[in-house]
Amino acid sequence: MSTDTESWQRHGLFENKPLLMTVLVTVVISIGGLVELIPLAAVKSNVPTIASVMPYSPLELEGRDIYLREGCYNCHSQMIRPFRAETMRYGEYSKAGEFVYDHPFQWGSKRTGPDLARIGGKYPDAWHYRHMENPVATSAGSIMPRYGWLLTDALDLGLLERKMKAMKLMGVPYSDAEISGGLAAAKVQADGIVANLASAGIETSSDKEIIALIAYLQRMGTDLGKGKDGAATAEPGRHE
Amino acid sequence: MSDPIAGATAPPAPVYDDETPKNFILAAVLFGAVGMLVGLWAALELAFPALNFDLKWITFGRLRPLHTSAVVFAFAANVVFAGVYHSSQRLLGVRTASDALSKIHFWGWQLAVVLVVITYPLGITQGKEYAEMEWPIDLLVAAVWVVFGVNFFWTIAIRKTKHLYVAIWFYIATIITIAVLHIVNGLVIPVSMTKSYSLFAGVQDALVQWWYGHNAVGFLLTTPFLGLMYYYLPKAAQRPVYSYRLSIVHFWSLIFLYIWAGPHHLHYTALPNWSQTLGMVFSLMLIAPSWGGMLNGLLTLRGAWDRVRTDPILKFMVVAISFYGMSTLEGPIMAIRGVNALSHYTDWTIGHVHSGALGWVGMISFGMIYWVVPQLWQREWALPTWINAHFWLATLGIVFYIVPMWVGGVTQGLMWRAFNELGMLKYPDFTETVMALKPFYVLRAVGGTMYLTGMIMLGINITLTAFGKAPATKEVTA
Repeated sequence: MSTDTESWQRHGLFENKPLLMTVLVTVVISIGGLVELIPLAAVKSNVPTIASVMPYSPLELEGRDIYLREGCYNCHSQMIRPFRAETMRYGEYSKAGEFVYDHPFQWGSKRTGPDLARIGGKYPDAWHYRHMENPVATSAGSIMPRYGWLLTDALDLGLLERKMKAMKLMGVPYSDAEISGGLAAAKVQADGIVANLASAGIETSSDKEIIALIAYLQRMGTDLGKGKDGAATAEPGRHE
Repeated sequence: MSDPIAGATAPPAPVYDDETPKNFILAAVLFGAVGMLVGLWAALELAFPALNFDLKWITFGRLRPLHTSAVVFAFAANVVFAGVYHSSQRLLGVRTASDALSKIHFWGWQLAVVLVVITYPLGITQGKEYAEMEWPIDLLVAAVWVVFGVNFFWTIAIRKTKHLYVAIWFYIATIITIAVLHIVNGLVIPVSMTKSYSLFAGVQDALVQWWYGHNAVGFLLTTPFLGLMYYYLPKAAQRPVYSYRLSIVHFWSLIFLYIWAGPHHLHYTALPNWSQTLGMVFSLMLIAPSWGGMLNGLLTLRGAWDRVRTDPILKFMVVAISFYGMSTLEGPIMAIRGVNALSHYTDWTIGHVHSGALGWVGMISFGMIYWVVPQLWQREWALPTWINAHFWLATLGIVFYIVPMWVGGVTQGLMWRAFNELGMLKYPDFTETVMALKPFYVLRAVGGTMYLTGMIMLGINITLTAFGKAPATKEVTA
């Protein structure tokens, strides 16, 4: 080819040596990933911990798995950006330390529906029940599908202990007592939600999937404000 | 550098394995149509929510991952495998090393696709975008990928030509990088056969996921297709590649820079700023090698532009390369933090993805398929006039898809951040912004329907050609 010069043809060295080429390709594609991933995992200041952020309760963990199963992240983000338009709409912007127990993360990439990072406590339990039953009943104009089966299907807690053990293996600080008492704790929390719903005139039972999902939704984003004295814990560092 | 045109006639002609690329093409067309139909249905559900008929298996949340996985892993990947198996044998002057490995690769991959189609609607998912498949399917995919790699490198080892053509470099980069990405992002602690948790949490999980997600685009939807472009475009245009020097520069710079760009998916999130900045800067630098590839493709057509007017195969390829150039400019622009502040979370992103997916990946695939099928089956196309019809349906379909997504996406972003004169949110009720998008969702579905119609026409055409009584090709070129 007319543009070729001798120096460019030295590249022919690689072109005749596939093993050398493969090794070089491997090196070249590894650099960026290593530079970005290793410091994030190794340097603690990249993810400042927040003392008030606690692991999910057993029922919330099961509710989160329903959130994953239904693919909620396809339409809802869990990541409030530090803009006035976002903090006014959704609340305090999201902090790295809030997600340390999120295996996997659920930040999402699309807001077909609103962000849910601080949905916890925003509405009563009954609102969530009615909303999942028929979204337009609570939010006129919503294009979210009805999730009727969550109201009727029984919650399967068969894997709860193994799930908590897997989380513990990855560093989520569940104690052995919390794991062995997981089922009982889930029942207590579920009964509380059922009682809340009953007071709003909704008859259901504690073994339904919707109860676990409500537990998770009501937990989301609430840890930040649970300082030791009930005061909000500010995170030092990150300012945009 | 070896000329692919000359290489095809190097005596003595070895007996190539054409069954494998044939099978991959048929699988790509079948699963491509299914994947696009699922995408269209998911899009229609946004415009008309009643379309899931209250069935849990086909809500948007379960269909959308099925759509993305089907078009990426069942359409695009099968096209790549077809092209790699077909072109590598000719470029290396030797039959693929192992027929057994080729068969294991083909059937193993299709098994993984079928498992995805079954498990996603059941809600069996890892909950990570573009990597939803649960760990047993992940393991199957990894094993099949290794089989692919062994077969490919083994074929290189027994090659008859000394020199490796540029297409082969891109295939090497694809095989290595996808393996690395898939394995690292797939690290999980299993709880049962159908449930696992990502080993990483929160910020780290997000970065690993988007390092994977962005480079799945880079190394499954870009590098292998550039390899295909470097083989099939000179073939179809009957012109040698424009610049050898450019192909060297853009190959190494593309694979080096791409890997860094993942954090641009996480602008203004809780990811540390230094990481976001790296993602943005490397995304901007990516324009250079991307456009290097685009220019090398377009300039390969020098002296052949008259044929672009009449040859639908070249038309597919030219539109593909143009969309490659457009979306690789749009992407870096969206990776600028200030722009991303508006575009992120909106349908603009969906429009961008589809200009790359429908425009680049889809059109270059169609160009390759329309060129290679007569070679493989030694038959003329049964419905030759449909090729041009497919081209126009697809091209206009892309426009009808991406324009509403641009306009809708920007509308959405502006409504979310609009304040009234009192400094309060102008649209505090989120559903107002949802309702504003409905007309755009309907329009987008029109574009999707056109594109899918073209895909189905290809399916009918290839069925009649491969299994019907289409006339034999006049000249044996492969």
